[in-house]
Amino acid sequence: MNLHAVNAIYRFEMARTRRTLLQSVVAPVITTSLYFVVFGAAIGSRINQVDGISYGAFIVPGLIMLSLLTQSISNAAFGIYFPKFTGTIYELLSAPVSMLEVVLGYVGAAATKALVLGLIILGTATFFVDLHIQHPLVMLMFLVLTAISFSLFGFIIGIWADNFEKLQMIPLLVVTPLVFLGGTFYSVSMLSPVWQMVTLFNPVFYLVSGLRWSFYGQSDISVWISIGIIVFFLAACMAAVAWIFKTGYHLRN
Amino acid sequence: MEPIVSIKNLNKTYKGGFQALKNINLDIYPGEIIALLGPNGAGKTTLISTICGIAKASSGSITVDGKDIEKDFRDTRSLIGLVPQELTTDAFETPWVTVSFSRGLFGKAKDPAYIEKVLKDVSLWDKRDNMIRTLSGGMKRRLLIAKALSHEPRILFLDEPSAGVDVELRREMWQLVHKLRESGVTIILTTHYIEEAEEMADRIGVIADGELILVEDKKSLMQKLGKKQLMLELRQPLSTLPDALKDFEIELRDEGYTLVYTFDTQAERTGITTVLDTLREAQINFRDLSTTQSSLEDIFVRLVEKD
Repeated sequence: MNLHAVNAIYRFEMARTRRTLLQSVVAPVITTSLYFVVFGAAIGSRINQVDGISYGAFIVPGLIMLSLLTQSISNAAFGIYFPKFTGTIYELLSAPVSMLEVVLGYVGAAATKALVLGLIILGTATFFVDLHIQHPLVMLMFLVLTAISFSLFGFIIGIWADNFEKLQMIPLLVVTPLVFLGGTFYSVSMLSPVWQMVTLFNPVFYLVSGLRWSFYGQSDISVWISIGIIVFFLAACMAAVAWIFKTGYHLRN
Repeated sequence: MEPIVSIKNLNKTYKGGFQALKNINLDIYPGEIIALLGPNGAGKTTLISTICGIAKASSGSITVDGKDIEKDFRDTRSLIGLVPQELTTDAFETPWVTVSFSRGLFGKAKDPAYIEKVLKDVSLWDKRDNMIRTLSGGMKRRLLIAKALSHEPRILFLDEPSAGVDVELRREMWQLVHKLRESGVTIILTTHYIEEAEEMADRIGVIADGELILVEDKKSLMQKLGKKQLMLELRQPLSTLPDALKDFEIELRDEGYTLVYTFDTQAERTGITTVLDTLREAQINFRDLSTTQSSLEDIFVRLVEKD
């Protein structure tokens, strides 16, 4: 394995985050803090507990998941799209690197960045609400699996996209609505039966629910189903990436 | 001598059906400089891209140092450095960072001393910590060369290295290429500039419409296809040529003051003596004579036009 290449890509991507600290870290932290202030402190104080959890604490897993998903996707998508846009992709394509090494470098860096950000937001949340995480290892597993899976998904978007609009389309028009409608701010039991049924088709619902279980030991759906969904999504993304490299889709003409 | 790059029956057809390369066969030998000449869209960049793994061949095979570029891509690609035609750089990085990145990408351990040497070789050491977007076009071109050299390749592809580069810098680049060749690097360059090929190459390949029309040693190509002209500056102008010279490839220029005889350097008899004898017999005197040889550019234009 060309570990020097994996290391080079990983460090190169991480360095880009350090250069754009305001955009990469500070902005998401401020945005999430605003959610806590508005939904947790202002509106949340007027809402009764949800499933026995204070509303401010209830929304923490969903908000972490929102940042984790959007950051994983955008970091990985931008990481591979930018060389395509500038033309420096020629170097990657002509280098002695395998599919696995390229993915490890780009997806590894994107997942790391998203994870760090997720943990920063978790830390930020403690300034606003009292948190006691019942299953920290499961929480960590969820965060890691989600970061890797959605970084892979972002990597696919980055390869598929041939302009900046497409690059932003899925994170903004698909993922964000799915997170909002996936039980981030409410329990699915608060919905009518029809909307409960609709929510079951939203994959993000399972992730938010699983992460919430790791925090409070209770969730809308079995934690095992949540784990199954994220593992399935991870496998599907890996298969798609393998196909992209095999066929050279949008990479090699 | 075994070729370091061997291309057999290479074809490349793009998705839309356009055939960019047609049955290319070419052996490139260690330590040589080969220039691939051809008009725009001839297939030069496609050929380089295919050898380097950027584009996939439709059929045929390519070996580098005896190894297949598909099966043994790690071994073959680590031997190759590529300087692309476009000035594609990471605008927000520094030369130091991007050259170090290239070295790692090609599987080499960090070596700050070597990166320093490469940056000094391309006269970018002073700019090592500047943002790339602040560099001039010529500096970016040299930076791409530094990136390509960062992993100490044995084969260097230069795709239109002089595009957008001023004359002084072009000469500097030629010196650098000669220095690389002296260190044993095999160099394959594509160019529009015949002068560049004439200056640097040992062999010339001409590509037109995806076909490799010829590959020939530069000197022998110029000898074989090169024509020489004998120019005679006459004392008195001629309105017509004497009958005895009608069978020769002679023309009158400058209102009859210059007589130009074009001859084949490879022919058994050049005909120069006969022409001069005939002029003497006809009492046509000349005050000066000179010869010129057709340049590679003339040869190239003739080959492409003929094709």
